[in-house]
Amino acid sequence: MNNNMEQKEKRTCLYDKHVALGALMSPFGGFEMPIQYAGIAVEHQAVREKVGLFDVSHMGEVTVRGKDAERYVQYIFTNDIAGAPVGKIYYGMMCYENGGTVDDLLVYKMGENDFFLVINASNIDKDWSWMQQHAEGFDIDLQNRSDDYGQIAVQGPESEQVMEQVLGIPCSELTFYTVKTIDDVIVSRTGYTGEDGFEVYATPDYIRACWDKLIAAGVQPCGLGCRDTLRFEAGLPLYGDELTEEISPIMAGLSIFVKLDKAFIGRDALLKQKEEGVAKKLVGIELADKAIPRHGYTVLKDGQPIGEVTTGYHTLSTDKSVCMALVDSQYAVLGTGLDIQIRKKVFAGKVVKKLFYEKRYKK
Amino acid sequence: MAKVIEGLYYSESHEYVKVEGNIGIIGITDYAQKALGNVVYVDMPEVDDEVEAGAEFGAVESVKAASDLYSPVSGTVVEVNEALEDAPELINQDAYANWIIKVEMSDESELENLMDAAAYEAFCEKEGH
Repeated sequence: MNNNMEQKEKRTCLYDKHVALGALMSPFGGFEMPIQYAGIAVEHQAVREKVGLFDVSHMGEVTVRGKDAERYVQYIFTNDIAGAPVGKIYYGMMCYENGGTVDDLLVYKMGENDFFLVINASNIDKDWSWMQQHAEGFDIDLQNRSDDYGQIAVQGPESEQVMEQVLGIPCSELTFYTVKTIDDVIVSRTGYTGEDGFEVYATPDYIRACWDKLIAAGVQPCGLGCRDTLRFEAGLPLYGDELTEEISPIMAGLSIFVKLDKAFIGRDALLKQKEEGVAKKLVGIELADKAIPRHGYTVLKDGQPIGEVTTGYHTLSTDKSVCMALVDSQYAVLGTGLDIQIRKKVFAGKVVKKLFYEKRYKK
Repeated sequence: MAKVIEGLYYSESHEYVKVEGNIGIIGITDYAQKALGNVVYVDMPEVDDEVEAGAEFGAVESVKAASDLYSPVSGTVVEVNEALEDAPELINQDAYANWIIKVEMSDESELENLMDAAAYEAFCEKEGH
């Protein structure tokens, strides 16, 4: 516990609200963010069973507009947005030439030749330079709007009801991964919890007003602690853990979001990985014991290191110790026995699907 | 306000020792369990393992993180609290009743390096600010 940290993290437009609610605050992605309010387990269950409210204003937003907007997004993005209908949202990655991952992101099609890109807080500066570097030759207007938008996520089975009744935002007609705007407010049926839910992007004033109404209505505020346990159980990757400059989307098992039949940066390297196979793959591992595998712990086969844990928890939904880990591909087969070194001891586990909770999206 | 009990010895890493003869009963303090939140796993040594004052002997894990345990005294482990294997949350319920290991102390003078209840209370107060 070190309280002498220099204050250099940014604050979101909801910072004062978190402090007033007594949240445990900690630096994340360059921002001082709430980790928990009532406790990770309570907040996790609120989202699984009812509804929870997250401040995700740290996320970055970039707009791409102009004659070549679609062609530009196609060039930097692994997923295929050709001919997409207005209002559709796509998940995918930006990759380096060698296939490593710059970031994972959402692309919102707001209008013809008008796209809204949502990127990770910790990568805003890196992504912004990357996007600018590759904008040459495209007739586009590229804007980093990260400081202009606040963002909340309302997640859980009761989220639609809360959005409509508490915030007065009609959203029942939105299907999974679609977006609409009401004046300047952007509302999408998206999230990072494995539950049904919505995200709202708007001015700091509007976001603060939404926050107050939702808290007054008794919605559980949720921190980044349970955001991580929720996304982990749902098998969703976090940049920095499951995707990095070294871990390509193919290695991470995300090839469904990589469309190799179109041209984009990194396509040739990723095609080669797909055709020839990758040296390492991301797997799920379930332990027999309750010991918890954490990020960076070594995965062993017959005493030899063959991989590393990327994220691990004792899951709240299934009461099991499980992790995602990047291992030598030959050991990535379901059912393979692998061990994990946890401090001084070695614990036996086996390869399982990297999905520890059945997602409940409104399709 | 975290509970502090008179008569115990306390370390700066928030373990306590309750002395019964030459046996040191070691656990984490109420302040520590509050700071950790829900304890979901306790990694304990085995009987007959040697522990050393100031050295790591195990860990307590909350949902989010593992926190190392440091032994306040040196000696040999004579008992581990097996109840914690199935019910680690006992530490949240009462950190003082639910000790982690019992150690046969090899050098009781090490207790002099630890804090008494009043000093530990002041230490927590300072750390909390």
